[in-house]
Amino acid sequence: MGIRFDSVTVAYDGDVVLDALDLTVAPGEVMALLGPSGSGKTTALRAVAGFVRPLSGRVLLGGRDVTDLPPYRRGIGMVVQQYALFPHLRVEENVAFGLRARGTPRAGIRARVAEALEMTGMAAYARRRPRDLSGGQQQRVAIARALAVRPGVLLLDEPLSALDTRLRSGMLAELARLHRELPDVSMLYVTHDQIEALTLADRIAVMDRARLRACGTPAELYRRPADAFTASFVGNANLLPVTAGTGTAVFAGTELTVATGGVAPGARATLCVRPHLVGLGDGPNRLPGTVTAIQWRGATHRLLVDVGGHELTVDVPESTAVPADGAEITVHFATEDVVLLPAGVSHD
Amino acid sequence: MLVHSRRARWALWAGFLVLFVPLFALPLLVVLGASLATHWSGVLPSGPTLDHYRAATRGEALGALTTSLVTAVTASLLALIAGTWAALAGTALGRRGRRVLDALFVLPVAVPSVVVGLAVLVAFSQPPLLLNGTRWIVVAAHTVLVTAFAHQSVSAALDRLDPAYAQAAASLGARPGYVLRRVVLPLLLPSLTAATGLCFALSMGELSATMMLYPPDWTPLPVLIHAATDRGSLFTGSAVAVVLMATTLLVLSAVSRIRTRASYR
Repeated sequence: MGIRFDSVTVAYDGDVVLDALDLTVAPGEVMALLGPSGSGKTTALRAVAGFVRPLSGRVLLGGRDVTDLPPYRRGIGMVVQQYALFPHLRVEENVAFGLRARGTPRAGIRARVAEALEMTGMAAYARRRPRDLSGGQQQRVAIARALAVRPGVLLLDEPLSALDTRLRSGMLAELARLHRELPDVSMLYVTHDQIEALTLADRIAVMDRARLRACGTPAELYRRPADAFTASFVGNANLLPVTAGTGTAVFAGTELTVATGGVAPGARATLCVRPHLVGLGDGPNRLPGTVTAIQWRGATHRLLVDVGGHELTVDVPESTAVPADGAEITVHFATEDVVLLPAGVSHD
Repeated sequence: MLVHSRRARWALWAGFLVLFVPLFALPLLVVLGASLATHWSGVLPSGPTLDHYRAATRGEALGALTTSLVTAVTASLLALIAGTWAALAGTALGRRGRRVLDALFVLPVAVPSVVVGLAVLVAFSQPPLLLNGTRWIVVAAHTVLVTAFAHQSVSAALDRLDPAYAQAAASLGARPGYVLRRVVLPLLLPSLTAATGLCFALSMGELSATMMLYPPDWTPLPVLIHAATDRGSLFTGSAVAVVLMATTLLVLSAVSRIRTRASYR
């Protein structure tokens, strides 16, 4: 079942928190809504669930206009950050809740509950109470509960945020597996974590300040970001203000060779380059700089380099000989690793 | 507050006992002592007897105990239903509406209970609702007086209840009535039983409004205690008071047992 936002605007007390969102999620597609807090991503999800009423615009599920339907008639499954398992019900009763509420025959309920618990690896915990389970187990039960009603759409609101890093990557793999097992279920996955979005999503919708900034496959957004906000939010790109030339860009008096794309010569633009694509020492596009901080991150060293008054983040492999803090160094990057963005869309 | 030094801990205990014993424990112990005595002319009561208890558990006193129990159970259940209903409905109101509703429910507590008794008496002494002279006027007054506490404790619990539960239930396809029965009310159960216990205890001890309203065939226990001490039968009055106290505590402990079984977190 597909999801379609048709110019959906949501406001609380005159405060617009979602501004004319147009977005289509194909049947069976995983769409991540990625953005910082306050970007409107959760509001968009709640508009699909029916917990907020759009000021204008329509929400469609499987081609049916559900804007005026109450949540219980929308046929969705939802998983939230804090699980919201019913503490007074056992695991199996939690999973059976939606089926009972819909009046499913008793024999059918037992089979579906067993199936959902099996699918999430929680069959052994059917008789437990939610408070006796760990966070990861509770989230599995919450997923089982949402899947037991066989929804056409699964809404996930920061489902992994309450889990620790190790559990999170395990659950990410689990969610990817669940999606392979349920190829017809569309998923709308709200997160502020780019790793989750890049790992799981077929497409990512990047949101900021109540608006949709960009939408595309993870690779597109990562390699060819449409604007500076997307570039910095997906993959923490370095952004440098430049003036475009013809096949060149000038940064602080230094001419760099870049593909100017659609940026007109003489226009102000933003040069965008990923931290791990910046190298130390001589190379094609050189810039002099001063090391201001060094962070050891296990597999990489992260250097913060002051380049003409702008901070540049440089990730180099752990095996590299690292310059000292305060050292004068030269950094470089390859022409094909750089994206030039029109300055008009610069975030701030 | 954590107190680590031994001396400070002793000092705290001493302070607690100095305040607690004379204010809370001693009066109750005096009533208990008086209920078992025939004379009290010295420091301690004398002439131990169980005669007062025999009188306090039969005849007129037993009837009054039953009256009190029936009144308290009826009033607290009515108060629970009305208070819970209003608290649930209040969540749908705006902030200003909520405040008006809360103020209305607190009104009977803010006003002296004698005034409430008088108001109920005046209001129900004429048709169409002629309750004066019946037991229902007592039940009605008690309900009015205790509903405030039921409403307050249930709406406080509702405010603390994470809306995510009801939303999760709705997203699973549960209609509002089903959500109320299967999720909201079960999660509120600890507060509901606490509210019932509080209402019950308040109703069992209510005297000032009751005095103005009770018909001859519906005399609650506090009225009987007042009458007994008024005519000088202090020892009998004490025995009846102990019976009232014991019954109330018994019911409250039964209610709190339901409560512990109903709390999940």
